[in-house]
Amino acid sequence: MEGNLNALTTIFTEFYYWVTIVMMFLIHVGFCTYEVGVSRRRNHLKTLMKNAMAIPLVTVTFYFFGWWIYFGFPNGPGIAGGLVTAPFAEPWNPLMGTHLSGVNPGETGVTPTDAALWHRLNGVFWGAFLLFSITTASIVSGAIIERARSGAFWIVAVLVGSVLWILDASWGWHPQGWMVKLWGYHDAYASGVVHAIAGGAALAFLIVLGPRIGKFRPDGTARDIPPHNVWLVTIGLFLIYTGFWGFYAACNIPLISPATIAGQITGETWTATNIYLGPTTLSAITFNFLMSLSGGMMAGYIVSKGDPFWTFSMGLCGVISASAGNDLYHPIQALLIGAIVPSICYKLHYFVERRFKIDDAVGAVAVHGYGGFLGVVVAGFMLWGQPSSPYEGFAHINPLGNFAGAVLMFVLGFAPTFVVCKILNSMNLLRVPAKVELEGVDFALNHAFEASVREVGTAEKAMIK
Amino acid sequence: MSTNGMESWAVDLKDVGAIYPFQGSEVLMVIVGLVFWIGWHVIQTRNETAEIEADMTADRSGDETREAIDRY
Repeated sequence: MEGNLNALTTIFTEFYYWVTIVMMFLIHVGFCTYEVGVSRRRNHLKTLMKNAMAIPLVTVTFYFFGWWIYFGFPNGPGIAGGLVTAPFAEPWNPLMGTHLSGVNPGETGVTPTDAALWHRLNGVFWGAFLLFSITTASIVSGAIIERARSGAFWIVAVLVGSVLWILDASWGWHPQGWMVKLWGYHDAYASGVVHAIAGGAALAFLIVLGPRIGKFRPDGTARDIPPHNVWLVTIGLFLIYTGFWGFYAACNIPLISPATIAGQITGETWTATNIYLGPTTLSAITFNFLMSLSGGMMAGYIVSKGDPFWTFSMGLCGVISASAGNDLYHPIQALLIGAIVPSICYKLHYFVERRFKIDDAVGAVAVHGYGGFLGVVVAGFMLWGQPSSPYEGFAHINPLGNFAGAVLMFVLGFAPTFVVCKILNSMNLLRVPAKVELEGVDFALNHAFEASVREVGTAEKAMIK
Repeated sequence: MSTNGMESWAVDLKDVGAIYPFQGSEVLMVIVGLVFWIGWHVIQTRNETAEIEADMTADRSGDETREAIDRY
């Protein structure tokens, strides 16, 4: 009986994560739609391909080393212990492919314990984390449209998606991560580990890249460069909202027994948990997701005076700013956090644009970077004194731990990306020349398209009798 | 001290109720939430009225309006 129950739980969990992966793919449909909507007509194709090709590039690199980083680095290494061995996450391990839980004669690197746990879960866990990875990389993509070279972005996408974010996830979004153990860091739905780090990386890229031609007037004040198609922007953002449901569900363990957690929880009540294995429910995150989204949209509508671009972006920012604690907040707390933080981020966006001449085409640094950063900080106060983990000896959630964690997340995204962008810039690989920017980055593609249209049209007309 | 009363997960979950922070302030939170909602309508209505008043004083000649009608 117990064996069947365990098997059923494993297969349920496998299917649960598989569904979240499908849902999360909508985030990327949304990102592509959104970025094309924001970009001007002469830049559509390159904008689309720049974002879309992050999907395969982050996928293959996450298979080769990203997944292993998550399991190998929860101690730092060197902060709370050494490098952790994780053979099941190494790309040459039989558990990184089709496997049925036994151990074949001569099969190396697979223990019966690893095989029992990972044979059905490795692929779907890897896939769910991968979709977080691609999201983190894609956040950077929108900020830099219409003048960044695609190749430069793809290098940064691999850096952010398959190295930096998964390293910070190992530290602060892992049941045994050193930030959780020592600082009591709590960030259940990734305000910091996905959004703050991506915002930091986007800001670094933008500083080195510089603004689009025409963004600033000779006196230094900013011009608005409106989206070419606000309907595509709207559809894109709503698709991101939809995919975000999968993101939230994938941040939970859907069903687990106290015995499997093997921490301090007593009794026999099975539960859903957050990534730290602390109890929560899907109901709780449903309440809080929708209330924080609503707070963001309502506040966004007011502060932007009904601008659709910012109203929907602030809805996203509302969710992001409450995400760190949305496993534990009351829905009205989520509503208010989701309203207040995005209003601050909106003001910060225009302050930074005006003061530092940063041209963030989609407000990614504000929505994800500042929203994620502040969301982690707020959670430190709201959840002060609560256990960060079901395991004994972990620090409790506290404002200082979460503030330090938020800084670490932002800087971990910013500093390496800044260095890589500087190197790319010194090699003339970061930005297209001014002539190409003015022609539009699709110039050659558009010429080829028009030549094809003319040729086939001429051929068809010649056949008219 | 903890904002939700939980300082450890060394408990049987069947004995645990609400785990959100600041339990006992639900009525206050509902009041604040209602104020936020009503306030939103007040501010939105004021902003919309100002926008409509600005529209009323615009395009005295009617040329832009005729162009808008032609564009469908």
